[in-house]
Amino acid sequence: MSLSVALRHRFPGFTLDVDFQAQAGVTALFGRSGSGKTSVINAVAGLLRPEAGRITLDGRDLMDSATGRFLPPHRRGLGYVFQDSRLFPHLSVRQNLLYGRWFASHGDRIGFEDVVSLLGIGDLLQRRPGALSGGEKQRVAIGRALLSRPRMLLMDEPLAALDEARKSEILPYLERLRDQTRIPILYVSHAMPEVARLATTLVILRDGKVMQAGQLEGLMSDPDTAAHLGEGQAGSVIAARVQAHDADGLTRLSTPLGELLVPHLDAAPGHTLRLRIHARDVMLSLTRPQGISALNVLSANVRSVAPGTGPDVLVRLAVGQDHLLARITARSAKALALAPGIAVHAVVKSVAVTDRG
Amino acid sequence: MNDTLGLTLQEWQAVALSLKVSLWATVVSLPFGIAVAYLLARRQFWGKQLLNGLVHLPLILPPVVTGYLLLAGFGRRGPIGGFLDDCCGIVLAFRWTGAALAAAIMAFPLMVRAIRLAIEAVDPRLEQVAGTLGANCLWVFLTVTLPLILPGIIAGAILAFAKAMGEFGATITFVSNIPGQTQTLPSAIYSFLQVPGGEASALRLVAIAVAIAMIALLLSEWVARAIARRIAGT
Repeated sequence: MSLSVALRHRFPGFTLDVDFQAQAGVTALFGRSGSGKTSVINAVAGLLRPEAGRITLDGRDLMDSATGRFLPPHRRGLGYVFQDSRLFPHLSVRQNLLYGRWFASHGDRIGFEDVVSLLGIGDLLQRRPGALSGGEKQRVAIGRALLSRPRMLLMDEPLAALDEARKSEILPYLERLRDQTRIPILYVSHAMPEVARLATTLVILRDGKVMQAGQLEGLMSDPDTAAHLGEGQAGSVIAARVQAHDADGLTRLSTPLGELLVPHLDAAPGHTLRLRIHARDVMLSLTRPQGISALNVLSANVRSVAPGTGPDVLVRLAVGQDHLLARITARSAKALALAPGIAVHAVVKSVAVTDRG
Repeated sequence: MNDTLGLTLQEWQAVALSLKVSLWATVVSLPFGIAVAYLLARRQFWGKQLLNGLVHLPLILPPVVTGYLLLAGFGRRGPIGGFLDDCCGIVLAFRWTGAALAAAIMAFPLMVRAIRLAIEAVDPRLEQVAGTLGANCLWVFLTVTLPLILPGIIAGAILAFAKAMGEFGATITFVSNIPGQTQTLPSAIYSFLQVPGGEASALRLVAIAVAIAMIALLLSEWVARAIARRIAGT
């Protein structure tokens, strides 16, 4: 699977000019509101006709301004999940789910029962959309898009209209969608926690331009990325595997950084997880700290020191076979005389487990 | 004269003819009404204002003028009427079919307005999502727009039916007032009022006209509510 997007479109007071590729897995279009994310996804869906550009999915042109080709939305074979679920009010949940199936001629990747059990909506089938909660509506909308047998799923801030409880209700379903179906997803969001949890590829948009694009893990520990993420959102995303559960209630994880200890996780050894380590939760020390309550102290090597926002600097560290980002004050960096090549110890104050794989 | 249920033959004929004319006028013009309402509500095209004006013209023109224009156009010597007579043997002027045409044209703006309002109330984002699910324009209309505007269509049809029942000026100008052939309920009431001793007949017909209008109105309310409940669905 590969989606290639290159387009230019002028809006009043704003020009969209983007060029990126999306591979299998979840590609997150990340940016604050007004950065052009929704316009990009609408252009892919065929709801916006860009002035110039070319969009290709698996070698098939969805649009090409050079040849004048423009496939209308209903012939693109894409499933679109909107922020507001947009269920048909005159149809039952079952009829909503089956709507796209009528028109789907290609592919037979996913069955009705599979989708219903994947999204846990079996009890809702006879109900009307008017009688569903926000989270239920959105799960049905995802199911409806999936059952139209799309080549790719487009999601425009599918969680933004939901409160935190409903968000955490749906996120596991999205993870299952990513891991259990082979349908690639283009995911628009301005919420870093969601993106860090779901994305495999990250595309950062700002003022209609692509700032950075690449594998999520690599990008997240890059100080250049941090500037685009917003206050307090900088941090590394690390893949991990459950190694063992200790008798004192801690879980041992093996990661490219080395071994990490976290409070007990309800997951069997061998399970893969995704960790998020905020840059602000990493302390640096020149000598190995003694008599310290933090459990995770890693040997690291400074790769770069970059000015962050305000009085902070972002320090990129090589740890084991991966990288870690630390945010410390410029004063501390000066006091420690941090420079590329210096060996330090990174004290990880907290590790967030964002994903149960 | 022959008395049935207190009505004379002429009175019966007028009621039956009016029902027939109005029903045909409503049923035949409904698909056109939906199409025009859809064009006006959802599409941008050259001449949209012209179409809008033409549709509304019968509402603001004196009905006699509309009737005269129909006679000029659809009469046997008119350009359209002559053609229809030559090719298919269809004659409209001074026939009940002509009364149906006049009633349909007079009722058309009311029908289009009601349906257009209903279409404008449908969230276009629902039509958009149907498109992304693979439905082309026609399927989007049939599976999303049409079911959602059904209450509006019923309201428009009832309104048009009631208007057709009451149509007088254009009808009498285009098809005259021939008892048993083109004498509709309003024309009959008018005729009875012109002859001495006709008040009793006129009054009976007036009562029937009021009853038909009330039944139509209540029926439309009831159907529209039932459908709205189905759509809101709980």
